[in-house]
Amino acid sequence: MDGASGWMMQHAWLIPALPLASFAIVGLLVSPVSKRAAGIVATLAIMASAACAYLLAWEYFTLYPPGGKHPILVPWSYEWLRYQPGLSVNVGVLVDPISVLLLIVVTTVSSLVHIYSNAYMHGDHGFGRYFTFLNLFTFSMLGLVVAPDIIQMYVCWELVGVSSFLLIGFYYMKPSAVSAAKKAFIVTRFADLGFLVGVILLSYFGFRLFPEWSAEVGAATNGLAGTQPVDFAYLNHPAFLARFSELHVAFLGTSMLTLAMILVYMGAAGKSAMFPLHIWLPDAMEGPTPVSALIHAATMVVAGVYLVARLFPAFAYSETAALVVMVVGAFTSLFAAIIGTTQDDIKRVLAFSTLSQLGYMMLALGVCTTEYAAGYTASMFHLFTHAFFKALLFLGAGAVIHAVHTNSIWEMGGLAKKMPITHITFLIATLAISGIWPFAGFFSKDEILVSALAGGHPLVFGVAFVVAGLTAFYMFRIYFVTFWGHGRGEGAAHAHEAPAVMWLPMALLAVLSSVTGFIPMGEFVSLGEHEAHHGINLAIAIPATAVALLGMGTAAFLYIGDGRRAKSAALAMGGAYHVIKQKFYIDELYLFITHRIIFHYIARPIAWFDRHMVDGGVNASGWVTRTSGRVLSFMQTGQVQTYGIWFTGGVAFVILILWCALL
Amino acid sequence: MTELLARFAPGLQEWLVLCAVLYAIGLYGLLTRRNAIALLMAAEIMLNAAALNFVVLNRFTSPQLVDGHVMALFVVVLAAAEIVVGMAIVVALYRIRNTVDISHMNYMKG
Repeated sequence: MDGASGWMMQHAWLIPALPLASFAIVGLLVSPVSKRAAGIVATLAIMASAACAYLLAWEYFTLYPPGGKHPILVPWSYEWLRYQPGLSVNVGVLVDPISVLLLIVVTTVSSLVHIYSNAYMHGDHGFGRYFTFLNLFTFSMLGLVVAPDIIQMYVCWELVGVSSFLLIGFYYMKPSAVSAAKKAFIVTRFADLGFLVGVILLSYFGFRLFPEWSAEVGAATNGLAGTQPVDFAYLNHPAFLARFSELHVAFLGTSMLTLAMILVYMGAAGKSAMFPLHIWLPDAMEGPTPVSALIHAATMVVAGVYLVARLFPAFAYSETAALVVMVVGAFTSLFAAIIGTTQDDIKRVLAFSTLSQLGYMMLALGVCTTEYAAGYTASMFHLFTHAFFKALLFLGAGAVIHAVHTNSIWEMGGLAKKMPITHITFLIATLAISGIWPFAGFFSKDEILVSALAGGHPLVFGVAFVVAGLTAFYMFRIYFVTFWGHGRGEGAAHAHEAPAVMWLPMALLAVLSSVTGFIPMGEFVSLGEHEAHHGINLAIAIPATAVALLGMGTAAFLYIGDGRRAKSAALAMGGAYHVIKQKFYIDELYLFITHRIIFHYIARPIAWFDRHMVDGGVNASGWVTRTSGRVLSFMQTGQVQTYGIWFTGGVAFVILILWCALL
Repeated sequence: MTELLARFAPGLQEWLVLCAVLYAIGLYGLLTRRNAIALLMAAEIMLNAAALNFVVLNRFTSPQLVDGHVMALFVVVLAAAEIVVGMAIVVALYRIRNTVDISHMNYMKG
């Protein structure tokens, strides 16, 4: 709008447009000709997009230096749908600290994953298709990040959903991959139903309250000219929120704002796999490992967190909605961490770890208010660092799986010597996620813990604290089992280091995981009043590190060696261990609800109604036509004279009528 | 004699009744007879009733004009043409089916 200058700022649309163009070109033109070229073109496009994102970040923070005020700019927008004067939907690019942050995360991780995939997917059937979908995903994710209004957000939201579906089901000959793709799609679609209703509520009431609001805040003179009722700038405006929260839902006794926000949060919870909509994420690991790294660890799953952050003023305005965000986040983070300690599949452990860390980000958003917004910064910080170390963990796991051809950690072992680079990078990522100084996770986790405690939620702090210990435990568990000891499987014996194309991105991510913690995130991302970066709070950092070390020590005690101690520990826990190992039977519960209750009591009667009432109605109309035709055909004697009689009778009848009418 | 005849000379009404009776006879024949040739004859009677109607109305409404007479001549020509075609059809049917009884001609039965 105003003050937007700089070439990149004006051309910010290039960032999502490059992957889109590459998606079309690679999918239609390059991929049928040469698979190798498809990978290279797709990778180069994403790298160009990443360069643009860095340039944009540089311009933005040059214009508004760190530590100052960071306005929300819309340097480029285009009227997409015009419904009537005063209501149109724009597509555009929104630039503010969190969108810049996400742009950097998405383009960086995406380009590294693209590079890595060139080697990982080498010789795979569908190599070109893979890169096409990966480009589509990157475009959708970037479009989601820069969305200036909730409609563009929703459209891109669905696009990332569908590209995730396509990539989870990439090995479509494998029944488990197909059902995982379906599960992911159905669960997130179900959640998006809530999001859609939330969007409709927001835009409907937003549109109705819009004229009043415009007059009140003087939109035309206040730098808000051209704002539309679906724009975030409007939906987050305090004047609108005040009016919106005055509307009440008659039957729930809550305000319309709370209802809309909880519905929007349902969408966010589905995408970010919050309990109880988390069931799709562990199964989504059926996709190729780089896809898990990009989509199901670093970028797409944080879309939910990003959505909550984007609508943060609205969430913060409704205390109930913020409370829901906090409770669900805290519960998910604990719940997933507990399950993560027992899984055997390396990728599934990482998936549960992702769930747990997403819960962390959510709870950080939930604990903060507009007065005390440290959690907002902390959440974005953790999103940033988590993207790097979790992507690295997945890429490392991918390298290991590539080498040993199995996902089970019990068939690995002793890989530290055979795969030294993978080992070192994986160790760095493990230290980072466990929160050991000086790796990135330490700083962001510390900020989350500080914000939870200072925000006045000691219970949430306690949960986060326990989760920090559990995180260190399950991460070091897979680390020790995978890399230490002796090779236990056939694959582990013949493992060898990944090629340079694979370990280079991992090395780069390892560097990022080590240094990003030192970024003073509070200087860049903050809400409202700028707060000074308060450094490390030792009173929290020391116990947090201690609990991480405790988790690490426990893992070392149980899992270094032949694992006899681990077995006896599992036996000692008895039934509880089994329940956790079966993921608290949530999947079984879902199956029970869908098969026994929904299918039996809802779907069957509806199917019956469809078969007998709807189809019956159609069949009945056919029967009536056929029967009346058969009856009437008796009148067709084929005798000319019969027709003549009817004809004469008809003429006589007409004459009679005319006669009566005229006389 | 001529006077007597003049006294009982039929007026317009009598002529029209005659036409109607002729037409009704033709229609009755058309709807009831089984023989195809009889049907053609009945149709001929109806045509002639119509032609007679033309002549009668011409005579009683505008005697100085000849429009009705011309029309009657047309009807006669048309009837001749029709009977030619009709007879041709009947002969063709007879060759195929060995009968001219139209109650057997019900190919068009539904």
